[in-house]
Amino acid sequence: MKRDDNHDGAIVDGEIEVRLQVNGASRRGRAEPRMLLADFLRQELVLTGTHLGCEHGVCGACTVLVDGAPVRSCLMLAVQAQGADVTTVEGLANGELHPLQQAFNEKHGLQCGFCTPGMLLSAAVLLEENPAPSSEEIREHLSGNICRCTGYVGIVEAVQAAAQAGGGAEASVATTPAAAS
Amino acid sequence: MVAEGDRTVCGRPALAVVGQAALLSLGHLPDPLGAGCSALTRSALLFLVKPSRFNYARPTSVEEVIGLLAAHGDDAKVLAGGQSLMPLMNARLARPELVVDINAVAGLGDIEVNGALRIGSVVRQRTIERSADAARIAPIIAAGLRYVGHVGIRSRGTVGGSIAHADPAAELPAIALALDARMAVSGPGGQRTVAAEDFFEGLFATAVSADELLTAVEVPRPPAAARSGFVEIARRHGDFALAGVAVSFEYVDGAVRSARIACSGVADRPLLATAAQDFLQQEDANDPRTFAEAGRRAAAQFDPPSDIHAPGSYRKQVIAVLVERALKAAIEGSDGADEARR
Repeated sequence: MKRDDNHDGAIVDGEIEVRLQVNGASRRGRAEPRMLLADFLRQELVLTGTHLGCEHGVCGACTVLVDGAPVRSCLMLAVQAQGADVTTVEGLANGELHPLQQAFNEKHGLQCGFCTPGMLLSAAVLLEENPAPSSEEIREHLSGNICRCTGYVGIVEAVQAAAQAGGGAEASVATTPAAAS
Repeated sequence: MVAEGDRTVCGRPALAVVGQAALLSLGHLPDPLGAGCSALTRSALLFLVKPSRFNYARPTSVEEVIGLLAAHGDDAKVLAGGQSLMPLMNARLARPELVVDINAVAGLGDIEVNGALRIGSVVRQRTIERSADAARIAPIIAAGLRYVGHVGIRSRGTVGGSIAHADPAAELPAIALALDARMAVSGPGGQRTVAAEDFFEGLFATAVSADELLTAVEVPRPPAAARSGFVEIARRHGDFALAGVAVSFEYVDGAVRSARIACSGVADRPLLATAAQDFLQQEDANDPRTFAEAGRRAAAQFDPPSDIHAPGSYRKQVIAVLVERALKAAIEGSDGADEARR
């Protein structure tokens, strides 16, 4: 965890530079302590695929992967991501759509699309840990991601379809050094 | 650490309001501010979603943390996993001047086993949920964690953070109480340990003072015949529970001995159902009426609060049923969830 050399111990009272890996690339930006990771990604790095819904940890729309683990980026400070390895929805497609994205498209796993980035990243973690989840396991795993359009049926079917298409092991997310932190 | 603020909101201590407002936003408590609270305050709860300005420190040793807390007192707030504090800060219900991030403190992320299980206070809930050591020594922890929020919450949320936050409906405080866990607390005067029964002092209030830090949770080595179970009732998976029950006991020759039955959602802190515990000590656990009677005695001991989700009388009934289910689940080795789903 000792990865932030530039402010260990000292009190930070203004903007500092935050350096991190995002979707496999080294990125840097400025953040004062109160800047949320979600806002840092959207405003400083202009990665607007990460959506902010409730901003208090309930809806799951802003889910990103931090060192492989799904995290609500509205409940984490940008300065806490110093040196971290972050994956956003922009990191899923690699030239062509990730199997999960393809499956969400085919199975009507989205309507308005607002919750989709968080859904995709949460589902990607599930498929890495469990390449063939049951529909109940999918529902439990995605219970922290709220969708107001679909009724979830299409989402669950999409995750199952992606699992059958090898959306887990073979098409693993760009970063992911094991989900445990 | 949860520092007690001296500010008040709508006539209540700021901290209690802060915590309750978080519960409000999470749909947990109905009317935390009371009817006298201004509409302005209410709308502030709903619309402010960025933290106010604060300074930030990321110390790497417990000594540095204590030094910062001693120097800044109630103006400082300890940040562990942030799954309770950050929502409060986003809503500006918590406005610390200094956030002391303990995620980089050496040793706090360690899990140690020497018969007992010592869980550092920033060990992630998801980590302990999947720990083979925890599964062997205290399987009730993983059983209970399944109910804590969702995977995305548990992958960031910490064991120590949940216990220090001391939500009366939370799972880990009740489990700590059932396991007779001891909390390791460091402060300017050195380290001390506090038994779970003395640790939880009230609504979001613990024995950790403003200049102290919870550094670890110590779960004692279980006896050979140890059994445990955890069940709760919530309106949706991942929500705060209406009530929950964690049980731990020795099961010897068909008898339940040294039972600890910890109930959440029944008061301002998790409480032991001592009447039911005493009853079980005398009775034949093979008699199917025994656990039902233990449930009734547990319920009779408490006077749970009423809110929009359930009247106190309903919570009493739920506690009676959950005590019975938790005892059965512990003996059957199931997690109790199958019955709870019916």
